[in-house]
Amino acid sequence: MFDSLSDKLGSVLDGLRRRGALKESDVDQAMRDVRLALLEADVALPVVRDFIAQVKERAVGQEVLKSVTPGQMVVKIVHDGLVEMLGGAAPSEDGTPPAPEGLNLLGEPPVAFLMVGLQGSGKTTSTAKIARRLQQRDKKKVLMASLDVYRPAAQEQLKILGEQAEVSTLPIVAGQQPVDIAKRAMQAGRFGGYDVVMLDTAGRLHVDEGLMAEVAAVKTATNPSEVMLVADAMTGQDAVNVADSFNKRVGLTGIMLTRVDGDARGGAALSMRAVTQCPIKLLGVGEKLDELEEFHADRIAGRILGMGDVVSLVEKARETIQEEDAERLAKKIQKGEFDLNDLADQLKQMRKMGGLQGLMGMLPGIGKMKDQMKNANLDEGLLKRQEAIISSMTAKERRNPKVIHASRKQRIANGSGTSVQEVNKLLKQHQTMAKMMKKMGKLGQKGLMRSMGGMMGKGGGLPPGLMPPGGMR
Amino acid sequence: MPSPPVHWRSVLPDMSWFQRIKEGLRKSSSRLASGITDIFTKRKLDAAAVEELEDLLVMADLGPATAAKLAAAISKERFDKEVDPDEIRGALADEVAAILEPVAKPLTTDSGAKPHVVLVAGVNGSGKTTTIGKFAKHLQAEGKTVMLAAGDTFRAAAIEQLKVWGDRTGATVVAKEQGADAAGLAFDAIERARREGVDVLLIDTAGRLHNKSGLMEELKKIVRVIRKMDETAPHDVLLVLDATTGQNAIAQVETFKEMVNVTGLVVTKLDGTAKGGVLVALAERFALPVHAIGVGEQADDLRPFAARDFARGLMGLED
Repeated sequence: MFDSLSDKLGSVLDGLRRRGALKESDVDQAMRDVRLALLEADVALPVVRDFIAQVKERAVGQEVLKSVTPGQMVVKIVHDGLVEMLGGAAPSEDGTPPAPEGLNLLGEPPVAFLMVGLQGSGKTTSTAKIARRLQQRDKKKVLMASLDVYRPAAQEQLKILGEQAEVSTLPIVAGQQPVDIAKRAMQAGRFGGYDVVMLDTAGRLHVDEGLMAEVAAVKTATNPSEVMLVADAMTGQDAVNVADSFNKRVGLTGIMLTRVDGDARGGAALSMRAVTQCPIKLLGVGEKLDELEEFHADRIAGRILGMGDVVSLVEKARETIQEEDAERLAKKIQKGEFDLNDLADQLKQMRKMGGLQGLMGMLPGIGKMKDQMKNANLDEGLLKRQEAIISSMTAKERRNPKVIHASRKQRIANGSGTSVQEVNKLLKQHQTMAKMMKKMGKLGQKGLMRSMGGMMGKGGGLPPGLMPPGGMR
Repeated sequence: MPSPPVHWRSVLPDMSWFQRIKEGLRKSSSRLASGITDIFTKRKLDAAAVEELEDLLVMADLGPATAAKLAAAISKERFDKEVDPDEIRGALADEVAAILEPVAKPLTTDSGAKPHVVLVAGVNGSGKTTTIGKFAKHLQAEGKTVMLAAGDTFRAAAIEQLKVWGDRTGATVVAKEQGADAAGLAFDAIERARREGVDVLLIDTAGRLHNKSGLMEELKKIVRVIRKMDETAPHDVLLVLDATTGQNAIAQVETFKEMVNVTGLVVTKLDGTAKGGVLVALAERFALPVHAIGVGEQADDLRPFAARDFARGLMGLED
């Protein structure tokens, strides 16, 4: 979601980077553009104002070090400002990022977690995601209960999600009111030896006095250790009103931002953090129950500034690529063998990781290229077609692509529903990659990173084994 | 959790910064109207005033570009003159109403086709299913027979949710099990609606983020299948937008329009403090009809979109 904002600031700061000295007028110009970018990103206006004032003050007063350009100085100041605003400390001297703020499980079990928010913000799905993780990763015994007696089938929804996540849910008693359900849930939690009772509430408008009183009563009855505001990353200027009202009325302990897998610029995150002073604790990044991530202010701020989210990329790659596959491939590379079977594996891996676009969005300096890539023929279909081409080859052809001559090419093209040109292109790509891999095998780990870094342009390279076919055009 | 949390207070160098933000926010939460009054009471319309006016529009989610344009239009004739707050508010409302007037068109289901097929799409949590329930009630009040197709076969209990609306309104609900192919369901629903001579078929779909190409392809497939049954269908493709959405609504409309040829918008959750100002930018850019607005969870809480009322609401003006 933060990609578009990083595009914006990227172009703003590129302009600044080209200038020789940091003058007040330069900073003013950059700040006008930063302000516009933040507003387009839905950061609330008062937050934008204060952010700009603070950053400008720091930037103009700053001595420009000899070793950096004025632009780099401003980037650093804006970046640090964003990190602070998002609620993180700047990385410490040795560069280690601060730990994300965790969920509060302190208290006599069962501790209650109360999930609140507007209609359609994603409370029920988020409840199930958190419950699943507490149970699977943190080995806590979790009970979920839906207090949503208003939206049709809301309680059934949590029950089904509970079955999917293998987390217990409180049996539904028709006609019972929210406060009573909450009390029953806590009792069931005590008797059942649960560690955490997660209370999913109905969506409510922050101006609905009756419903706000109801959720306040639930809080009083259950004394939760976490009161989490679930909010949509696409929220506009109203995010400040929503967060402020919920905080004043119920007292929040944390924020979970949902639909971060969308392309909203996510200014709401900055706004809500600033107005409630509550940490953003978790991010929802997909519809599946395991699509839950920790919030890292420094990473997100880095991504906003187009520095790329290399840490996340590496983590994602580690999860997706099975160790064994990676080892097998490494051995092959060392021997200088890289056949079409391996290429097919690579294509599959890339698709798993969210395709070319998903992958590249995480890379430094790529944000801006994304639009161009959309227009170029780097569509997701390409990966699929290339897989189809390889699938249409015989085992012999895959092991030894040299045997593929004209008539075989025609057959492969027909079989995969592509053209001979496309088959040629794939073979050429494979050749280039194989040559590369051979070279890397000889260079060893260090040389590998260096030569890839050179190929990828600024900001370092891809993790091994993730070369997009044919490199980037 | 691995390491003790770092509390933000211990890491912030500048405490007064948050104080200032809080101060600023107190200002923003007051209504747009009083903001305008503050700007113009005993004051000339100077550059600073125009900028403040622009800021107020930004806070209603109009977006910086549209806000700047409107503020400029307002100041053109009045610049450097003593202005009355009511006059400025009225003029701004008129300006906004003029932009919205052409898109305020109620949904008409008299294409002559039987059934008239309405496909309802949108991002997750925008309010599609609730909107369908409300539409069903309205159409029935007009004396039409309505059938609902539970095309959200992905989200847990979405089918049950639509069935409850079926019970409330008496409309037949066509449904399959969770995880079934939504395009196949649409096919069955049209077939059955034809057989039973239903006037309007409302097809629900799973919420999907517009940047997920796989899910958007799935939606396109639903349209293709519908078109196979009836070349003129779907007669309406509604995009349901949440009024609290900020500038991302533009990307949503753009993509959904490109992928499934959206024919009209419904804006939900306008009963909160979100003003849905992004609609102004949407109207300028896409000129898509806005068929209705949602102002609550009950069946009757669906209203026709009235440009003037909306514009005056945006400016905090009573009627």
